Amino acid sequence: MNTALELKNVSKSFGLVKANKNINLAVEAGSIHGIIGENGAGKSTLMNIIYGMHRADSGEIHFGGQKVDVRSSADAIEHGIGMVHQHFMLVPTFTVLENVMLGTEGGLMLRDGRGAALERLLHLSETYNLQVNPHALVSDLNVGQRQRVEIIKALKGGAKVLILDEPTGVLTPQEADQLFEILKVLRDDGVSVLLITHKLSEIMDITDTVSIMRQGEMVGHRKTSETSPQELAELMVGREVLLEVDRKPATPAEVRFSATNLGYTNAQGVLELDDINFEVRAGEILGVAGVSGNGQTQLMETLAGMRHLTSGSLNILGTEVTAADQTDPRIIRDLGVGHIPEDRHTHGLVLNFEARENMILGFHDTELAGSGTLFDYKAIQQNCEDKMAHYDVRPANPRLNAKNFSGGNQQKIVIAREFSANPGVLLVGQPTRGVDVGAIEFIHKQLLELRDAGCAILLVSVELDEIMSLSDRIMVLCGGQNVGIIDSADADRQTLGLMMAGQRQEAAA
Amino acid sequence: MADFLYQLLLSFDATLRIATPLMLCAMAGIFSERSGIVDISLEGKLLSGAFVAAAVAAVTGSAWLGLGCAMLAGIFMSLIHGFACITHKGDQVVSGVAINILASGLTIVLGIALFKRGGQTPSLPRDDRFTPIEWWGVDMMDSVPVIGTIYRQLISGHNMLVYVALLAVPLTAFILYRSRFGLRLRAVGEVPEAVDSAGISVTWLRYRALIVGGALCGIAGAYLSIAQGGNFVREMSAGKGYIALAAVIFGNWKPLSAFMACLMFGFLEAATTRLEGVDLPLIGEVPTQLMLAMPYVLTVLLLAGFIGKPRPPAAIGKPYHK
Repeated sequence: MNTALELKNVSKSFGLVKANKNINLAVEAGSIHGIIGENGAGKSTLMNIIYGMHRADSGEIHFGGQKVDVRSSADAIEHGIGMVHQHFMLVPTFTVLENVMLGTEGGLMLRDGRGAALERLLHLSETYNLQVNPHALVSDLNVGQRQRVEIIKALKGGAKVLILDEPTGVLTPQEADQLFEILKVLRDDGVSVLLITHKLSEIMDITDTVSIMRQGEMVGHRKTSETSPQELAELMVGREVLLEVDRKPATPAEVRFSATNLGYTNAQGVLELDDINFEVRAGEILGVAGVSGNGQTQLMETLAGMRHLTSGSLNILGTEVTAADQTDPRIIRDLGVGHIPEDRHTHGLVLNFEARENMILGFHDTELAGSGTLFDYKAIQQNCEDKMAHYDVRPANPRLNAKNFSGGNQQKIVIAREFSANPGVLLVGQPTRGVDVGAIEFIHKQLLELRDAGCAILLVSVELDEIMSLSDRIMVLCGGQNVGIIDSADADRQTLGLMMAGQRQEAAA
Repeated sequence: MADFLYQLLLSFDATLRIATPLMLCAMAGIFSERSGIVDISLEGKLLSGAFVAAAVAAVTGSAWLGLGCAMLAGIFMSLIHGFACITHKGDQVVSGVAINILASGLTIVLGIALFKRGGQTPSLPRDDRFTPIEWWGVDMMDSVPVIGTIYRQLISGHNMLVYVALLAVPLTAFILYRSRFGLRLRAVGEVPEAVDSAGISVTWLRYRALIVGGALCGIAGAYLSIAQGGNFVREMSAGKGYIALAAVIFGNWKPLSAFMACLMFGFLEAATTRLEGVDLPLIGEVPTQLMLAMPYVLTVLLLAGFIGKPRPPAAIGKPYHK
């Protein structure tokens, strides 16, 4: 076996947190090697160590059999490492060519190296089918194109190892497939590809070998052909997990919530939601799918009263809301709408408040917080203890600040608060983003229980699998428009993918 | 009519003289702000430059030595700013204000201690200053109508630092848009992560931007105390650093636009002096106070978003954390 990259006993701590503990890893030349683990398992830290963005506290890194000292990204690039970061490292005001040139300008004046850089760019884009216009501004490119620019950047110095950190999170399924084709060509060219992901399906589809991380440790190495999603999930979580959600058919009743010609234009005059129509009935889940940034956030925030709709109307449990009404989240909540915000850190919780205080956010003037002018901390404490027990929040300590809980348990606090108000309508945004597999299972079960109890649920998620396994009907947004609503029984990745790219339902089917 | 033209020409001439320190400081501001560092400390660097230039020139009798030391003083102040907000990731506005206060106090204290003239430096003999340069052929050009006068009054007859300032503008634009340093500088002010991941040191890049800016402010300071004037006077920068910063914003962080903004501010001030007590047709006598307030009124209007929307570098004011 010809090893391109080898890590020996690499450790890294941030303060008291051990992000990586004695990591060993060997990546074969000319293979696609997956690294899978839950959010917070230490995958990104490990990649940043290899790429020189962080320095390991101890341990060795070997490239091509030689021990090397990687002190900065410049060192890593010199050793033939390229990296496509989870958050793109592109300057939006620059052209594609300028972005590719950055760091390897080829002379004091840009003129000196521009020709050679352009040639190299065109050569790479032809060889690996990375089509992109070198003179376009990056701000004008879509996400898929930006990713191609990142790959060209990573390959420009003749990288022998290419690291991709969660590359498919922002892509449509078709764009992801294109990316995988590119990765296969690279592999056949002798490049070792390190693919970081938390999606089991991607690991199974494309990798040759896979390493599994859990809580900063490497818990296993497998040949992909000799493992199963079940086994990988178990290794990731450390116990058996149910991958499939057990969903009984819905029994939809009366319409609880509907939007008619809903439009939203932002302060800059950009139309972000365009003529959206839908209805949600009691006892069903309407999923909203789409590539992130296609209006989901605006939709959620408009429905929750955080933004004002600018045209059309909403009907919330019989109350009509139009652009003329000055709504706010409070009014919407009082109508009987629960809201689990997409971004729990900024909209769902006050991170520096205690769990018990977070448990009454928005309900601070109800009996939950005591009947008088002053807070009744005994009642608040009791309320929090009860909900923590019921929703299995760990650690069950009401006095702990919200920021000290893990992602999954923070989300459970928000869910406990919103669910126990018995909402007639529930808006759920990214319920399992940054949440570990165990908690995902729990959250999904709770959502279905609420549905069966007769709640009308609108679910926004960028995880297509989540949408498909929970929703009864699926609405697809593209560019702020409703591309179509289909029954989840008719939905497969192919159909949804085409719709997410903007193809109307009739054309897609 | 000819008299009016002559008056106008003199106004343009005054505009150029007033705008010189603004131009130099604005270019300094562009270097610093394009790299992502808010540079409210232009004022303090300008003032330190002015003091050091006058003090060194007074002691040594050399304007050139004064200029050199003024640049070093500007760089030194920049390095303090950099140490606080690049190395230690402090708040850039707070650090900038601190530098302005430091410069204001220190120049007076050192001035009194060294020269015992209430904070002023001794007046320099004419030979120890940067004096106006008469260009070749001025007398010959005099015979040509209009152009001859323009040549004598506007183009020729300024001290060397005015020409340095005029050169600094295209040079800044050239460096910013055509050189490797400029590409990296613009990138680090927008997305420092991209620069870091390309294997370039964000810290060193930003320090270099501040050093260039400090040197430019030093030249501007020297212009005030040993070229335009002949000695240092307390608080002689009188808000020019802030006006230059406003010009940077007016110019949307672009060298040529900022240059135009500097000229506009310069012209307003020049016009103020000329229009004092003059009756204009239709308007009547223009209140001087109104004219004096114009740069500030314009700045407020701009910052309130009335005149186009400025687009600052995306990463400005944010310390870079890995």
